[in-house]
Order: sequence, then structure tokens, then C-alpha cells
Amino acid sequence: MRQLIVKRLAQTIPMLFFVSIVCFAMIKLAPGDPVLSFVTPNMHAEDIERMRHSLGLDQPAYVQYVQWLKQLLSGNLGYSLVNHQPVLDQIIDRLPATAGLMACAIGLAVILAIPLGLVAGANRNRWPDKLINLITYIGISVPLFWLAILLIYLFAIKLHWLPSMGMRTIGVNTAADVLKHGILPCSVLAFGFLAVYVRYIRSSTIGQLREEYVLIQKAFGSSRYTILFRHVLKHVLLPIITLLGMSLGDLVTGAIVTETVFTWPGIGSLGMTAVRGMDYPVLMGITLFSSLLLILGNLLADIAYSFADPRIKTMR
Amino acid sequence: MNRSKWRNLKRELWSSKLGVAAVILLSLFTLGAVFAFLAPSDPNVMNVAERLHSPSATHWFGTDDYGRDYFARALYGGRVSLMVGFASMVLATGIGVCIGVLSGYFGGRLDNLLMRLLEIFLSIPSFLVLLLLSVYLKPSVGNIIMIIAFLMWMNIARVVRAETMTLKEREYVLYAKASGQGSWGIIRKHIVPNLVPVIIVGATNNVASAIMMESSLSFLGFGVQPPNATWGSMLNNAQGFIAQAPYLAIFPGLLILLTVLSFNVLGDMLRVGMEPRLTKR
Repeated sequence: MRQLIVKRLAQTIPMLFFVSIVCFAMIKLAPGDPVLSFVTPNMHAEDIERMRHSLGLDQPAYVQYVQWLKQLLSGNLGYSLVNHQPVLDQIIDRLPATAGLMACAIGLAVILAIPLGLVAGANRNRWPDKLINLITYIGISVPLFWLAILLIYLFAIKLHWLPSMGMRTIGVNTAADVLKHGILPCSVLAFGFLAVYVRYIRSSTIGQLREEYVLIQKAFGSSRYTILFRHVLKHVLLPIITLLGMSLGDLVTGAIVTETVFTWPGIGSLGMTAVRGMDYPVLMGITLFSSLLLILGNLLADIAYSFADPRIKTMR
Repeated sequence: MNRSKWRNLKRELWSSKLGVAAVILLSLFTLGAVFAFLAPSDPNVMNVAERLHSPSATHWFGTDDYGRDYFARALYGGRVSLMVGFASMVLATGIGVCIGVLSGYFGGRLDNLLMRLLEIFLSIPSFLVLLLLSVYLKPSVGNIIMIIAFLMWMNIARVVRAETMTLKEREYVLYAKASGQGSWGIIRKHIVPNLVPVIIVGATNNVASAIMMESSLSFLGFGVQPPNATWGSMLNNAQGFIAQAPYLAIFPGLLILLTVLSFNVLGDMLRVGMEPRLTKR
């Protein structure tokens, strides 16, 4: 087990290195001259050159890359071109909103997905399975931004039950208020995750039902649902960690569209603002951050999976 | 691809109501996109007197905020959305098959190199990069197709590589090798034809995700630019009129949902139909 973890970690480091090269290349290839954001109208050409020199922009690309990487490793992701704030601070500032939203969405999705997946797996190809199957098909095929618009129309505009945008009512600072604002974006995201989770749990339930312990329980006269919810559930739960790991990679990217529709002040909408304002350092910071999460998530998923199913170990 | 596989496929497809519905819907949408020019009204002619009319006999999907016929716009929007979906799929499948075959057939260092490349692509958040690139490059239809394909070839490459690795150990391939055929001849005659099933399955799923990516991009305003519409950009516009004219949001979204859903359903059925080894799951 330890061997596997060490091996996967060793594979992760060069990956991060390559991702950082790609990110750096993207800043370099970005149209526009980064010096211009520091230039004021009364600066002379020499001043601009001096500025370019002091920023290290007259160095060859690989030197700039090494400098950039050094900065990166010491926790400096650069400064926004728009408001000149440190990128890392902005990301950390926005992280709780996104992380909270995602945690709720994933939690809700898991809670709903477990019974749905178990029931679908146990009733394979009968009507409950077909119904759940249809729901998951819709879940993976529906554009979440459309679902968001429809929910806003129904619950915010028609029924006036829930607010449609932002995270807080101005002037109100209570947890209940945040929660109320979070219901719609959270449900939208959860529906997207739900479909993937249900499919996964269903197929692992089908696998588990073929195992011998199920037969033995049957022979002892346990009812179908006792077997399902007491015994199969235990074995199905562990692989769910794998799913959670994989969802980590979606943390930022998955939230972009939903956060934009609901103007939820998280990393996704920070990214959208950066795209609109061509704020490359912020974009790079977010890209790096979500790549890191994606890679770590996959690592976590792999490790969790080998815990859940030790047979995997021999295959790598 | 032999005859029994085709038979399996047909049986699988027609035995399921969902599959039949998917085929019919996709044929309808494709016909609508191809023959969009037969639409009763021009999609870009504005008529301020007929702003935001609800769906009626003359305007099946109503009219938008400029008084343009929404049905005609949906047809033309579908044309762009479907074209982007298909073209990115073709391009992504091309890249994926080349890389997968090379990697799987030659193995060794080349395989190692290509697989590391693939992993790098997989660990970069694709939607963010999609947004970034569409800001860098001018958001024309051609660019969007290329960017989407560039971010979508990995799955097919993986599947093709795995399949190639098993195929190259088959007796007839070893036989061809022993009889002195060159690598390219073997790949062309013995490997690629047997890859067709996995390629078709992967390609079908790719169309679905390409259409989804394009819609999200256009919805955020970075996709195909006005006055040309796609289903995604129509939804972007509809957001502003949701209180007065909810139908503006309902139609394009429903079209995206049905299209993506059909491709997903079809992809799954193709997989079951073409690989009966995998039991029905």
C-alpha cells in the first residue's frame, strides 16, 4: 500500500511541473504586453524599458519561467492586472464560498445517490431501474445553466420563495440568509453530481450482489432489503470516496457556469470576471489551483480505490 | 465490423424505446439543421412591432426581443451547434485514433511519451482552458471547433490504445507480421478496421460533450458571436427576459437537452450492441 502511495506521489510531481509549464506558456502567449498595465501616460520610453527590465521581461523565456516558478513555490501567484491585488489572496478570499457550495452539493448528491443507486442495482432492468436510469440520463445531459434558469424562473420569479442571485441579502448577515441563497445553486450542482454517482453506485451494487456473502445471507433468510441496506451498502460506501476524489477536480471548473448564473461570489465567478477583463495572472492562478486539485483528487481517488479493492494493487 | 455485430446493434437499438426515440429525434434535428433555409421566416429579420410574442400559429416558438422569429433562429442555432459538435468530434476522434494506435501498437518509449502527454491534458481543467483559449483566439466557429477537439481527444486515445494493444497480440496480426508485412500495412489492414466499434462508441459520446461545451461557452458569451445564434447564446439572451418571456429560455435549453441526451443514449446502446461481451449493465 505504502509503495503504491509513494509511486503515485512520485508520478504526481512531474505532472505538476508540466502543468506549470503549460500555464506559464499560456501567460506568455497571451496577447498584449504585460508592461502596459504598469505604464502611466506621462512615462518615457526609457522608463518603460527600465520597468520591463525590473520586471525581468527582457530575459529569455526559460529564465523568466524559473523566476516565475520560484515565486510560485514561495506562494506568490502574481498580482491582478485589474485591481493589483495578490492573486493568492483573491483565491483564498473566494474559496470558502465555492468550497461551501460544492461541499453541500456533493453531500446532497451522495445522500440521494446511495438509495437510488442501490435500488436501481437491485432491480436491474425492471421499472425502478428504468426510471432511475432515465433520471440519470437527464442529469448527465441537461445543461446545468438551463436548469438554473428554469429554477430561478420557478422559485424566484413565480413563487418568490427563494432569492435568485448573490450569497447574502444586503445588510443581512446571518447563516440562514446564506443558506437560503445557497439552496438553488446547490440543488443545480447536486443534480449534476447525482447522475454520475448513481450510475457508479448502481454498477457497483450489481457487482456486489454477485458476491458469495449475498448468497449466504439469502440462505439465512435475510430479506432483500436487509441484504441491500445492511450488507451491500457497506461495500458500496468505500468506493464512493473515489468519486469524491474525482469531484475535487470539478470544484472550480464545475462551478464556473453555475456561479455565474447565480452570481455566487466564489472562485468560478472570480474566473469569469478575470476572463472578461483579460486578467491573465488571476486566470493562471485559478488554472493552477484547479489543476492542483484535479491531480490531488485523482491521487486520492486512486489511493482510496486501492484501499477499497486491494486487488487493484497488483495491476499497477 | 462483421455482419453479426451489425445485427446485434440493430436488435439492441430497436428493442429499446429510448434508442428508437433518440434516433428519431436526432434525424429530425439534423434534417431541421440541414433544411433550415426552408424556414418560413428569416432568422435575422427584426420586427420591433412583434417583440416578445408568445408562441402562436405564425411563430411556433414565438419571437425574441428584436421581434425575430424564434423558430427560425432555433433551426439556424441548431445548425451551428450540431456542426460544431460533429466537426469537433471528427477532429478529436482523428487525433485520438492516431495517438491511440501509435501508442498501443509501437509501445515502449513512444507509448510512454504519448501517455504522459495525455495525462497532462487530463490534469488541466478543460473548461477553464476552453474559456482562456477562446479569449486569446478570435471566437470564430472554426476556432471553437479546434479548441474543443484539442481538449477532447484523450478518452478516445485511451480506449483505442487499450484495444490496439489487445489486437496486436491476435494470431492474424502475428501471422501478418511473420509473413513480412510492414507495420503500416498491418495497422491499416488489420488494426484500424477492428477498431471501428470502439471508435464509433467514443465518437458518439464525444458529439454529446462537444455540444455541451459549445453551449456552455456560447452561454457565457465567449462562443459564436451575434448576430449568429447557437442554442447556448440564445439562452444567454433569454436570461434577461425570463420574467416576461420564459419560452425564450425553455426552447433552446430543451433542444440542447434532447440532443445531448440522444447522443448519450445512442452511445450507450452502441457500446452494448457492439460489445456483447460486456453484459447488459
